[in-house]
Amino acid sequence: MHERKEPDAVKKKARAARAKASPFGEDIDLGQYLSSSTETPYFDDLSLLPGEQREQMQQSGMALGEHGSRSGTIIQVDHSIIHSSVSQDGVEVMGMNRALSMYSWLSRYLWRAVPVDSDKYTAHVELHQNNGYFIHALPNARVTWPVQACLYLAKSELAQNVHNIIIAEEGSELHVITGCTTAPDQESGLHLGISEIYIKPRAKLTFSMIHRWTQGVAVRPRTGIIVEDDGVFLDNYVIMGPAHSVQTNPVAKCVGKGAITRFSSVVVAPRGSSMDVGSQVFLDAEGSRAEIISRVVSTGGHVTSRGYIAGNAPKVKGHMECNGLILSREGFIHAVPELKSTLADVELSHEASVGKIAEEEIEYLMARGLSRDEAVAVIVRGFLHVDIEGLPHQLTAELQRAIETSGKDFM
Amino acid sequence: MHNFTDRQRTKVMLDVNQLSVEAGGRSILHDVSLHLNSGDTCIIFGPNGSGKTTLLMAIMGFPRYHITQGNIVFHDREITHLSLDERARMGIGMSFQRPPVVRGIRMRDMINVSLGEHSFDGGEEGAVVVNLAEKANTTALLDRDINYGFSGGEIKRSEMVQLLAQQPGLSLLDEPESGVDLVNVPLMGRLINELLEKHRHIRDRERMGIIISHTGRILDYVNARTGYLMLDGTIVCEGDPHEILETIKSRGYEECAKCMSEKSPTQ
Repeated sequence: MHERKEPDAVKKKARAARAKASPFGEDIDLGQYLSSSTETPYFDDLSLLPGEQREQMQQSGMALGEHGSRSGTIIQVDHSIIHSSVSQDGVEVMGMNRALSMYSWLSRYLWRAVPVDSDKYTAHVELHQNNGYFIHALPNARVTWPVQACLYLAKSELAQNVHNIIIAEEGSELHVITGCTTAPDQESGLHLGISEIYIKPRAKLTFSMIHRWTQGVAVRPRTGIIVEDDGVFLDNYVIMGPAHSVQTNPVAKCVGKGAITRFSSVVVAPRGSSMDVGSQVFLDAEGSRAEIISRVVSTGGHVTSRGYIAGNAPKVKGHMECNGLILSREGFIHAVPELKSTLADVELSHEASVGKIAEEEIEYLMARGLSRDEAVAVIVRGFLHVDIEGLPHQLTAELQRAIETSGKDFM
Repeated sequence: MHNFTDRQRTKVMLDVNQLSVEAGGRSILHDVSLHLNSGDTCIIFGPNGSGKTTLLMAIMGFPRYHITQGNIVFHDREITHLSLDERARMGIGMSFQRPPVVRGIRMRDMINVSLGEHSFDGGEEGAVVVNLAEKANTTALLDRDINYGFSGGEIKRSEMVQLLAQQPGLSLLDEPESGVDLVNVPLMGRLINELLEKHRHIRDRERMGIIISHTGRILDYVNARTGYLMLDGTIVCEGDPHEILETIKSRGYEECAKCMSEKSPTQ
């Protein structure tokens, strides 16, 4: 275990990085957002949540009683944890402030997977943190149902600065669904989410994140994952519908032998949205493996789709598929698949494609009786149907439903 | 040859009249005429590049095939300028020679689409889909992306399953036996016979078929009433399919065409 960093040293590093721009994405002026919000009351019973909030949460993958079962639930609205519950042994779910006061060892996990001075956004979260969640699967726990976490932005012009930590202890198995969303009429707002994820030896974590924003919201998640020996990290990222500006590029480090990381992303960018979305995997231990699959649809939005796999140890394998569909005269998709290796004994490959739907695919479906519009809808739906390996059937169905609900406006 | 008095039986249901077709700026078909009565199957022979596939594509209505002259009448309705999907919904179906891979669309979804079901949920149609797939020995392909990594024979069988789901009044079959291994040719024959209602008495049969064949092997399994020989974009011979096939086999395409011009100089 690393030495615990001196809080002062961390703050100092953060302060030094306060003006450090991110290499990617539009530079956000953090001064334009509000930093304080009123306390939102706690809800024991989620059926008492305001209807509008419930609906938005459900559309970002949250199960609030009607469908799907959960082993735990945590919901943060603006800066307040409004609900936190667990229904199974072997897993802990709580707000970050509470977790840090309960467990002194937890601070050793802060800023280990994501450097605090990565850019101004990480620095800002350290200097102005408003909670976040802590999810902890105890050693060898099999967490049957997913744990769900929702980060909800209700107040206009607010900056939500959360710091989350997930630890899957040795031999545990955990699914986490995170839904990040806003009030439906949110005109402006900023979501800064630091997520640090630790997969211990032989643990397996499926982490599904569904983003559902509005036209005025800027989003800068910073995610780091450390996967130890024979650990498995499966990430699913779904973002649909408008957002002013989203830039995210999680970094997974396979530091243990035989560690596996897989990123699947489904991105739909309507007009007026600017999205710079990627994933990076560093294969730093022998025999570790990575897969990055991204499916991007632009219906007028601007998308940069990045993928990066680095082979730094013998017998590692990595594969990347970046496919983009452009369904509008406006908009663009810029696919940037990158591979890097420092040695010969690796297998890294990628395939990338960007363009419109092949006419012969449309005609194939039309020859079976579908109109052109129906054929396009079916093909887009299929394109976005990423087969998510390792996910329980019910969860796959839920995610697919979330994709279709989020995308119902254009499909 | 027409021994039936039944009106329906002798009625021309597909009438291709003096059709000329252009694709990619090149004139491909010239003055092609072809007629099918209700329940009829015909077979078109011809060398590579003679225009057989173009004729099927033009009847199906693919937009890159421009009809420059002539017309097509199907079930008393002129369809020359109808779109591809309108023709499909009227009951024209086609098995593709080289169908595209469509990622994310499983064979199961394509069968549902062909059944006229647009939802992918399976549900009640699930059993129908599985039965159809079993019939064509394609159960193992159901949950694979359509045509992705399919062998030649699997493509042919998958196309037949989709047509069996679609149940078109007119089936356009482009070389159904090519790429199919020997053991599976009889299966293809059975599927085509089912598609074209060959089990029904000819008086009651309504489904029509146009089959393109390179080798004529399919004739061992599927009966066709008329054979056509196509050369350089024109139909040069019409007659008994077995006779035409024998002539081609023994004397070649060109000789076969000559015989035609001798017999019917009016052509």
